[in-house]
Amino acid sequence: MSLGPELVGRRYPATPPYAVTSEKVREFARASGVAYDGPDGPVSQVPATFPIVVAFEAMGAFLAAEGVDLARIVHGEQRFSYVRPLVVGDRLTATLTIASLRQIGGNDIVATASEIADESGAVVCTGTAVLVHRGVAA
Amino acid sequence: MSRWEVGEVLPERAYVLTRADLVRYAGASGDFNPIHWSDRVATAVGLPGVIAHGMLTLALAGRAVAEWTDHAEVLELGSKFTQPVVVPDDDTGVEVRVAGTVKAVEGDRVTLALEVTSGGAKVLGMPRAVVRA
Repeated sequence: MSLGPELVGRRYPATPPYAVTSEKVREFARASGVAYDGPDGPVSQVPATFPIVVAFEAMGAFLAAEGVDLARIVHGEQRFSYVRPLVVGDRLTATLTIASLRQIGGNDIVATASEIADESGAVVCTGTAVLVHRGVAA
Repeated sequence: MSRWEVGEVLPERAYVLTRADLVRYAGASGDFNPIHWSDRVATAVGLPGVIAHGMLTLALAGRAVAEWTDHAEVLELGSKFTQPVVVPDDDTGVEVRVAGTVKAVEGDRVTLALEVTSGGAKVLGMPRAVVRA
């Protein structure tokens, strides 16, 4: 399927709250090769790319809503900017908006922005992603 | 007075990714896209083989930044995923190298320009990090 221009500006429902636990952060840090010793340290910083776990939920919900097969998606770009560091105990939701969409060589290039907010509604981090939807050869 | 100087070259880091690392990362991140674990699916969608998650490669860049800056607070991190990192189904895996240069220092905001390569080719486009250090 091809994604249409009517998607630009569309905002998808916020993902269910995601509880940041030390066990999950430890698992993610280990999988990323990044040091993490738990909230009491000495290295207590949550790995910088951890918010992708929440952002990916939002991306998955968007792709499912539009009936896109995940195997046809290649991640083209990802940038995070952080208002504050994530901490264990945060309960985070991600809200994804389609920023732009263009077709190049049979592929859809979708730019998305996901606002990741804590329980108070304050934005903790914004993730912008470009997703390349590889077209099916005719 | 910052201890960082514009133009400072940071010591290059080398990390290895194997298929087992991709499986572990898939589980930890929730990204179960089969192009990261199935050669059959990866080649069916036109890729040369199973490729690393772009976010795993970016995580390695983040690891280097954490090591260079003693886990300084990260204000920005990102890149384009320009070249797929093909991870062979063997016990050796593939090496990813992360180099960095201090690009700007503004107060406590330090911008690092990164270069992330595998097999001599740049795999991330314009990778950069901004830290409070």
